[in-house]
Amino acid sequence: MGKVLAEFKKGLWDEIAPFRLVLGLCPALAVTTEAGNGLGMGLAVTFVLTCSNLLVSALRKIIPDQVRIAAYIVVIASFVIIVELVTQAYFYPLYKALGVFVPLIVVNCIILGRAEAFASKNPVIESMADGLGMGLGFTLSLVALGSVRELLGAGTIFGIQIMGKSYLPFLLMIVPPGAFIALGVMLGFMNMAKTNQQRISGLQNNPAPCCNVSST
Amino acid sequence: MVKKMPETKELKLFVSSSDTAIPKIMYEVLLALLPATLMGIYFFGLGTLKVIGLSIAGAMLSEALIQKIRRQDIMVTDGSAAITGLLLALTLPSNSPWWMVCVGAVAAIVLGKQLYGGLGWNPFNPALVGRVVLLISWPVQMTAWPKPTPLFSHAIDAVTAATPLGILKMEKAAAIVNISRIDLLLGYRGGSLGEVSILAIILGGLYLLFRGHITWHIPGSYLLTVALFTGVFRLISPAEYASPLFHLLTGGLMLGAFFMATDYVTSPVTRKGQLVFGFGCGLLTGVIRLFGNYPEGVSFAILLMNSVTPLIDKYIRPTTFGKKQPE
Repeated sequence: MGKVLAEFKKGLWDEIAPFRLVLGLCPALAVTTEAGNGLGMGLAVTFVLTCSNLLVSALRKIIPDQVRIAAYIVVIASFVIIVELVTQAYFYPLYKALGVFVPLIVVNCIILGRAEAFASKNPVIESMADGLGMGLGFTLSLVALGSVRELLGAGTIFGIQIMGKSYLPFLLMIVPPGAFIALGVMLGFMNMAKTNQQRISGLQNNPAPCCNVSST
Repeated sequence: MVKKMPETKELKLFVSSSDTAIPKIMYEVLLALLPATLMGIYFFGLGTLKVIGLSIAGAMLSEALIQKIRRQDIMVTDGSAAITGLLLALTLPSNSPWWMVCVGAVAAIVLGKQLYGGLGWNPFNPALVGRVVLLISWPVQMTAWPKPTPLFSHAIDAVTAATPLGILKMEKAAAIVNISRIDLLLGYRGGSLGEVSILAIILGGLYLLFRGHITWHIPGSYLLTVALFTGVFRLISPAEYASPLFHLLTGGLMLGAFFMATDYVTSPVTRKGQLVFGFGCGLLTGVIRLFGNYPEGVSFAILLMNSVTPLIDKYIRPTTFGKKQPE
């Protein structure tokens, strides 16, 4: 049970997807003009990731090694179609807002990455925990990024007015360059937090998993 | 020099600039910008001092703050942040609200310069990064130009006027025939506070040329390309396009050509590369002015050419000393 919990928890901070792994940047940058879109995209990815991890893990002994990528893609695409049809039927405004990025979940590198790196080598329960944790971490990141961009770029979060009426929106945050700037600055702060954490716990010999861009 | 350091155990070749080199150039650039700044104050009133002061102070403060956070030596007094602040202020409308000036100054220094590693590492001209951030974020405030009301003239405040290029974009060439070329030369027109007086900018630019801080290659090829490009279209259809002279005397072209495109860090090293750079700036400015959505394209043109500067430097290299020219 402890191992399952550990697999779940690592996706929430230590290996949180867009920031620590720097994976899944395309949807993270493209749909986060509003916090609500980020939440919708995050939950869709969480669903697909958990289900595909489950199925890939269950089929890991049957799928021939030579065609595994193609097999994973078929599994992932099936769940993406489910998500696409469900959002189209019941959450039409969200479907319109996410646009082409819903079908593009198929090629989201977090999902293929977890299938290849984790689910194909681990039992079903751990794989589901891994998918759920990674997916929720991705959702958290997208909501955080979307909130920052929406707050500065429109003065609202989830459509609720936060800034006063006299606030003139900082439109740069809504356009694509703003997405890169916001992501970069947040990544920088996360690396700073990580470095501080390591300094406090005296673990400086362990290098960060990746993407440590802090300079001297 | 070697004789003065007998205790040095091994002789090393030290190649470094003297301590005063950067500040000295920077303060001479500030001096060269003085005429344009004074003309801006004269035409748009003492309120412009607020914009200029805030922009310089904002730039210098954010530079000091970032250097403190990065635990570097605080080098604010070298004048480079002050120049960025002043150049940014000169490209803003004279009635810009205080918070907009502050955001621009912080964006220029933090996003445009320090995040890349500070002085010498920035790929883009910091002042133009600040200006474009503001132009994209608050297009209404950035294009509401006050009409010039010269000091001591008791004119009514806060009348807005379109820039000559704005009029050209909206109403085509017929609307600009009665704009006096002398007014354009002196600066009696709507526009950013430091870009209006062409005469003052040329004066400052000639000072920099004369002192050897810039060469003629970038401004020369830039202005010539704009003149030729707009001249060709003028010949094709005089009713639709304005004359090359009009294009040279309006917008931020002179300020950009002499003070922004010539930035050492963000322009090519070789003379030949600088000619290519100026040509590219001129072509892009012309294309944006004649066919783009924006009436003015100097900021975007220079930033775009900044981004290809490493490429220009890669392909146009000086011949190594002693090496034969390829046949």
